[in-house]
Amino acid sequence: MKWREELKEKAKRSLNKRPPYGPDVNLGVFLWDKGGKAYRNLSTLPQPILERAKVTGIDVKEERVGGTYFQLDFDVLRAKLAKDFKRAGVYLMSVEEALTEFEWARNYYWKALPVDTDKYTAITELKGSHGYFIYVPPKVKVSKPLQTCLFIHKDSVAQAIHNIVIVDEGGELNLLTACSALPVKALHIGITEFYVKRNAKLTFTMVHFWSPTLHVRPRAVALVEEGGYFLNYYIHMAPVKSLQTFPTAKLIGEGAQAYLTSILLASKDAYLDVGGGIEFKANNTKGEVISRSVIRDEANVILRGELVGSSTSKGHIDCKGLLLSERARGEAIPILKSSTGLAELTHEAALGKISHEELEYLMSKGFSEDEAISLVVRGFLETGLEKLPPNLRGYADRILDLISKYARG
Amino acid sequence: MLEIKDLNVGAEGRTIVRGVTLTLRNGELHLLMGPNGAGKSTLLKAIMGLSPYEIIKGIIIFNGEDVTNLKPYERAKRGLALAHQYPPKLKIRSGYLLKRLANKYGHSNDSLREIRELIKELGLSHLLNRELYRDFSGGEVKKFELLTLIVQKPKVALLDEPDSGIDLDSIRKLAYLISKLVEEGTSVLLVTHTGHIVKYLHKVNKLHVMTYGRLVYSGGVDVLPAILEKGYHEALGMRWDN
Ligand SMILES: Nc1ncnc2c1ncn2[C@@H]1O[C@H](COP(=O)(O)OP(=O)(O)O)[C@@H](O)[C@H]1O
Ligand SMILES: [Mg+2]
Repeated sequence: MKWREELKEKAKRSLNKRPPYGPDVNLGVFLWDKGGKAYRNLSTLPQPILERAKVTGIDVKEERVGGTYFQLDFDVLRAKLAKDFKRAGVYLMSVEEALTEFEWARNYYWKALPVDTDKYTAITELKGSHGYFIYVPPKVKVSKPLQTCLFIHKDSVAQAIHNIVIVDEGGELNLLTACSALPVKALHIGITEFYVKRNAKLTFTMVHFWSPTLHVRPRAVALVEEGGYFLNYYIHMAPVKSLQTFPTAKLIGEGAQAYLTSILLASKDAYLDVGGGIEFKANNTKGEVISRSVIRDEANVILRGELVGSSTSKGHIDCKGLLLSERARGEAIPILKSSTGLAELTHEAALGKISHEELEYLMSKGFSEDEAISLVVRGFLETGLEKLPPNLRGYADRILDLISKYARG
Repeated sequence: MLEIKDLNVGAEGRTIVRGVTLTLRNGELHLLMGPNGAGKSTLLKAIMGLSPYEIIKGIIIFNGEDVTNLKPYERAKRGLALAHQYPPKLKIRSGYLLKRLANKYGHSNDSLREIRELIKELGLSHLLNRELYRDFSGGEVKKFELLTLIVQKPKVALLDEPDSGIDLDSIRKLAYLISKLVEEGTSVLLVTHTGHIVKYLHKVNKLHVMTYGRLVYSGGVDVLPAILEKGYHEALGMRWDN
């Protein structure tokens, strides 16, 4: 596997390459070892893990989903696809397995996102373990969502995962990912490369429920071809030490669309630097970067949005933050870049608190103060829900309800 | 239904409303008029229990219960509702508030259908996905405020200038809705600045005029044409002093 060694060489040279954003994480203090205790299937998992998985929306009984990938620390516990989808040619497996099994898989490996992007991509190639590989063949519409769960339960673990999702021409997929950790000191790096081919449609819903001592560095790039549609709906619902991510969609074919929505609850002393970027590289492309963050306690949130237009295209950034405490900090940084007069790029950004007038108004309509606050929080987070497919809306609804509860205390 | 006895209301160390006594019976509609700054909004907000207004003297009895010291939402739960003259901008979508109000006050499927019809009829459908009162026109604010109040199904409705700054067709529509509320048994205290709405209301039981925080007239509506023509002090034979 010469190609792999070349990649690893490249990765080695980038091990000290710090990304432009986010506090630096010392990679040396974590365990990257493979192995450890493996569980044979989901039902034998310890109760706290099962319970948490449920909270983040994982269908443990697998009744409403068409397949499950579950990774605990370094080990793949389950990679199982419903028979119908298997028969239709859909794949769901570990990336390592896919690379061994299919020679073509390497055409999607570090292709959307270069391995030398930064130290986190580099270390994932060198010391990471697994990640999911999902392939949907042309014209196949996967009627049930597939679910993946990436879980950390051991202290000092560095879980570095490389995922690849390919939806081939005219195919459709709804993918749910839940990432979670028990209260341990750990690092999660989640690399995800999305390939949305001609006229394909991918809805990616990701829920993060970390612990207050965790560092999280997801890296994601989507390549969207002609007529393709990519929706990234991200919910971050629990305390974390630090999180830095900047998923990017590259619209490389005519008429491609991308919608990146982030719903963030930042609490305790969390440091969140969450962005979203869209590159409009072909004509008639469209996209939006939307974020809503509720910031409480001493949390600090930086909201970035970046649109780069080099074609006839339409893009919008809408970043809003709601600060619930005096010590909460928010910063919104929308960036628009156009190298042509044909791109129509706009942005709006707002940071504020719930005003006394708003509360009084709602109280005059019959809501107690507590109800009024959670109503504003919940209402504030509603944005982007309408873009989710109907069968995922109820799921997102439940999680937003939980967030507005957590937002209060 | 609503009884106000000798009410004095203050804010920031100042007395704004003085000695107001007023009784609103079941299904009655009363008008409250008076010059700018007379204290009409202050009275309504005080009845609703909103800050920073403070009851210095007097009591408010709602449905036989003294509600003078209840929180606004406790009054609302009992069936008291206010359509604000100047509602604030909110960070939530209009449609979302309606949904929550409808849940809170309980509506049958038929009644939900009626509300949806009403939204269309009032031309408010395009606002449901917008943040509440942000970039609404003056008329849209008034219509939406009345809509939220209707969803509350109140026993007593306090309406603060629902007819200000809106076109005649809309005034007619709002008057129809207000009359409908009254016919369904809601008691209404309606503050109007221009009085134009009156000719579209099916019935009015009483007119109150407030100047400098006091009710200087409580009686029949027959004086209204004179007020609209000559102004309060001439029509009512009053002097402009404190
Ligand atoms: N919160 C407040 N603090 C101090 N003064 C107020 C406050 N609200 C109203 N006022 C004063 O009380 C008077 C009556 O106001 P308002 O009730 O709004 O009158 P109206 O509705 O009849 O036009 C005005 O002089 C106004 O400036
Ligand atoms: Mg007023």
